[in-house]
This record gives sequence, structure tokens and C-alpha cells, in this order.
Amino acid sequence: MTILVIAEHDNASLKGATLNTVAAAQAIGGDIHVLVAGSGAQGAADAAAQIAGVSKVLLADNAAYAHQLAENVSLLVAELGKSYSHILAPATTNGKNTLPRVAALLDVAQISEISKVVSADTFERPIYAGNAIATVQSSDSIKVITVRPTGFDAAAATGGSAAVEAVASAQDAGKSSFIGEELAKSDRPELAGAKIVVSGGRGMGNGDNFSILYSLADKLGAAVGASRAAVDAGFVPNDMQVGQTGKVVAPQLYVAVGISGAIQHLAGMKDSKVIVAINKDEEAPIFSVADYGIVGDLFEIVPQLEKLV
Amino acid sequence: MKVLVAVKRVVDYNVKVRVKADKTGVELANVKMAMNPFCEIAVEEAVRLKEKGIATEIIAVSVGPQNAQEQLRTALALGADRAILVQTEVDAEPLAIAKILKGIVDQEQPGLIVLGKQAIDGDNNQTGQMLAALAGIGQGTFASVVKVEGGKAQVTREIDGGLQTVELALPAVVTTDLRLNEPRYASLPNIMKAKKKPLDVKTPADFGVDATPRVKTLKVEPPAERKAGIKVKTVEELVEKLKNEAKVI
Ligand SMILES: Cc1cc2nc3c(=O)[nH]c(=O)nc-3n(C[C@H](O)[C@H](O)[C@H](O)COP(=O)(O)OP(=O)(O)OC[C@H]3O[C@@H](n4cnc5c(N)ncnc54)[C@H](O)[C@@H]3O)c2cc1C
Ligand SMILES: Nc1ncnc2c1ncn2[C@@H]1O[C@H](COP(=O)(O)O)[C@@H](O)[C@H]1O
Repeated sequence: MTILVIAEHDNASLKGATLNTVAAAQAIGGDIHVLVAGSGAQGAADAAAQIAGVSKVLLADNAAYAHQLAENVSLLVAELGKSYSHILAPATTNGKNTLPRVAALLDVAQISEISKVVSADTFERPIYAGNAIATVQSSDSIKVITVRPTGFDAAAATGGSAAVEAVASAQDAGKSSFIGEELAKSDRPELAGAKIVVSGGRGMGNGDNFSILYSLADKLGAAVGASRAAVDAGFVPNDMQVGQTGKVVAPQLYVAVGISGAIQHLAGMKDSKVIVAINKDEEAPIFSVADYGIVGDLFEIVPQLEKLV
Repeated sequence: MKVLVAVKRVVDYNVKVRVKADKTGVELANVKMAMNPFCEIAVEEAVRLKEKGIATEIIAVSVGPQNAQEQLRTALALGADRAILVQTEVDAEPLAIAKILKGIVDQEQPGLIVLGKQAIDGDNNQTGQMLAALAGIGQGTFASVVKVEGGKAQVTREIDGGLQTVELALPAVVTTDLRLNEPRYASLPNIMKAKKKPLDVKTPADFGVDATPRVKTLKVEPPAERKAGIKVKTVEELVEKLKNEAKVI
């Protein structure tokens, strides 16, 4: 069995989700190869070669892969993937965009967002916003899988010394082109992978009020997230949404501020180690998952909390 | 330009689903069903394209049991012109659904195919991407803005770090994210009118597709329960607990 892991990276360096995906590959067992498809991506490939347990890195360095366009990358992965038993990608927006195309090209099913490996063909995955956990078994010859990073402790980023092999194949489907992107710039940790996350909901009232969460987060070294309601209302950008259809996080500490605790929000944070809820409504459902709840006005509580931590 | 919209019948998003005692699945008896919320956004986007004069006809498609006709009638009431139900009692997987949709795309030759990014029952997030691959066309997934102009679509996508804009040759697939639009409600007169709009019923075999699942569900269980926590009275108490009991700060 040889497993192909698709790296998540920004050409210069690897994203943390790659390490969790390698960990899922280790749980399946077998030789692990990592594919870095990008443009000017030697840095990411060198980092992949250091990951403990990786035996080979494939570097497909071509302008066609510069922006991870799914139309192009999926052709590459489907071409390389034929000789593998499993193809894994992290369940990031990139992985979710590309991997189903790979599965369709190989005429196999995709298993989305596994949270646990039971055996080489059997996996657990949450369904219905995490209200149920399905154990599924694949009979396909190649198993195409996205991995929920929070389900797997990251593989060690160093300790390996895999060879980096260049892949010449340049697949340009000619169906799509990159126009531009607006990436949120922040000195705070990324939501995925942060040890502490402070999230705000509709109760924050407006975007300016999020400044009290940012100061608290900075004092704690935390990332800042949000509920859908806060994003829809334009308080904060879309990439901060935590939940069933946003990001899934599982930090050591999650602080939900002015968030009611709808099932779609809980789906994205209820595997956090410790949950704190700050809400003025003592009946709010968020309290049913919170280890520590405090009933009151967030505009009084958050500044006090910032002073005391 | 024709626009094809795929809609799925799912458990209403307000329902808290429960796992069946025999662990074979979730309880669906007497549970409220509805159109998948992302599909509502897909229908709305198609209707707006028609209102702008870009779309000429909207065809709504669903793969599912006979009563998925209810969701197709909703799509018709919202502004779709006709509907196709590909009827099957099998709980078809995204790959099979994508193959069926590909069959319909071949017949109807739409310029744009709009799907939801995710069905909130299986949380798969696969069908649109698979359809685009099978049809050999481009995709704008997780769309928050769609502009169709000059035989091309510009799609702004919600990605992990923010927003990305891509340009796609038509025909193309678009999958909707939450911020694409705010779906309207169907008016009573439109609900009445929808009853007279055409709704064809087909089977997967009509498109040469075998919908038998490739992935077997061995069991379905409830998630691990979190232990109920406590309420603290003061911020001092909270900080003390976080430091000394939970040891997370
Ligand atoms: C298809 C679909 C997908 C979805 N995906 C997601 C998702 O990924 N993530 C997500 O979060 N949601 C998602 N939702 C939305 C979800 O159902 C809820 O609507 C949303 O989570 C509510 O956000 P909220 O808790 O901020 O707002 P509300 O439910 O309005 O809660 C606001 C809370 O703030 C409290 N509050 C107000 N003022 C104060 C104050 N001064 N001090 C203290 N507390 C205060 C209130 O008591 C209330 O509990 C989705 C919904 C659908 C249909
Ligand atoms: N049975 C179905 N019938 C019609 N469309 C579907 C069906 N299943 C999925 N889709 C479409 O594909 C989208 C994504 O679903 P999924 O890949 O299952 O998460 C949905 O929002 C629908 O637009």
C-alpha cells in the first residue's frame, strides 16, 4: 500500500493541515508520498521532505498549478494517483475544491472529512452537522479521502529525510484562470491550529465592537472566529466563520462570546477541549456544551476578562 | 442561455436529528423535510440571472424519492420553468448523482449549472466538483459573487484565507456559498402557478447510471456527549478555573 498525500501550502511553506493529513496516512499504514503541486514551490517541497514518516516527495512545479486551480491540479493528481491505494487531502477549501474532481476522474467515490481511521478501508466521518458519526467502508480500488485536520494529531514536521522528485507533467485544462484574491492579513494565529480561539456572534452588535475581542485575543495569543450571523451581518470577513459550513476548530480553549449555539455553529467547535460561553441569555443552547458559562453582558465581561488574564 | 439547478431534499436544518436505536442511520420518520439551504441559494441565483435577462430558461433537477417532487415544486414556485425528477429509492452517492446530472447536461446543454456547495445531511461537498470533472468543464465552488458576461463567468469564491476570483469558460459549474444571495420566499400565486409547470419523471437507468452505492455504511452512532459544565458567577472565578482547574491559560 502506498498513500499519496496532497500538500496544502503557499509555495514557500507548508500549511499545518498537511501534517494532520500525513498523520491520517500513518494511521492507515503504508508508504507515504507527498505531492506538492505549485509554482516556485521548492520551499514547500523541502519542508514536506522533513516530515517524519514521509518516504518520497513529488514536486510538480509549473505555472499551471500556481493558484491551485482545481481543473488543472485534479488532472495531475488523477494521473499520478492511479498507482496509489489511497489519495488524501486535508479538508481545507483547496482540498474540498480539488479532490472530488480527482475521484470523478478515477471513477471512485470520495469519502469526505474523515475524523478517524478504523482500518485501511473503513473510516469514521461526521454527518448531519456532527449530530451523527457514520462508520463507512469503501470497496473502491483507490480510496479518495479528505481528512478533517482536527481529527488527527499533527505528524512531526521534522525528523524525515525524503527524496524530492520532480514531476514533469504540466496539466492545463484551459477552462479556468485566476483573476485575483483578497487574503485577510493578520498577525494573529490562524484559526485552524490555534491553541485558543475567541469567537464573536451577533451579540457583538457591529464590526467595530469586535475590537474588544481582538484585544482579548492578543493578550491570550488567540485566533479570532465568528458565527455565521456575525459574518452575514458584515461584522467580520467570511474566512472567520466557524461551523458546519465554515471552519472546524478544536483548540485547547474556545471562548464563545454573544453566540447562541445553533447546531451549525456547534458542529465547528464542540470538539474543543475547554469551552467557555459568555451570553446574557441563561437559556442559550451554547451553555449546554460549555465547561464554564457566565451569564451577563459581554461588553462588561470581555474587558474584565482581558484585564485578569 | 439555459441554467440547470440541482436541488436536494434533506431534513430541515432546524431539526435536531437523532440516531436510530439500531445504529443503521438517523431517524427520518415524521421528520420535517425541506430543500437543502444551499440549493435555495442556487435557485435564487438562477432566478436573478433570468431577471437580468442572462438566463432564458431555468431547469430544476432532483435525484431522489417520489416526494422530492415537493422540493421541485418549490423551485418552480421560486421561478424555475420546468423540473426533472430522477426518481430512485436508493440513497444515491455524489458520484452517481453527478453522473445522472452529466446525462441531463448532455441532453439540455445548459450554459451554467448551479448547485449548492454542500448538502446538509451527508455534508459531502462533492457533487458539483464531480459533475464539472465528468463534463470536462470549469468550476467556481463556494461562490459569493457570480457575474456572467461575454460567454464567461467570473466567480468570487470563499476560501480559507479570504476571497479568490476566477474566470471560467462557459459552460461551467457554480456551487453556492451562504453569502451569494438571500433567497426569496415563494408567493401564494406563484405556488399555485407552479402546480401547472412541467415536471418530468425519469430514472437513473434512463441516463445509463447504476446508482448502487460504492461506500457501505457499517453503522451510525451519536457523537460523544460533552459533560455538562458549570456556570460561574464572576469573571474572577472564571479566570481562576481556567488557570487552576482547566489549566488552559
Ligand atoms: C445551511 C446553513 C449553514 C449554516 N452554517 C453555519 C456555520 O457554519 N456557522 C455558524 O455559526 N452558523 C451557521 N449557520 C447559522 C446558524 O443556524 C445560526 O443562525 C447562527 O450560528 C447564529 O449566530 P449567532 O449565535 O451569532 O446569533 P444569534 O443566534 O442571534 O445569537 C446571538 C446571541 O448573542 C447573545 N447576546 C446578544 N447581546 C449580548 C450581550 N450584550 N451580551 C451577551 N450576550 C449577548 C444573545 O443572547 C444570543 O444568544 C448555518 C445555517 C444554515 C441554514
Ligand atoms: N440527490 C440530489 N439531487 C439533486 N441535486 C443534488 C443531490 N445531491 C446533491 N445535489 C447537489 O449537489 C450539492 C452538493 O451536495 P453534496 O455533494 O451531497 O454535499 C447540493 O447542494 C445539490 O445542489
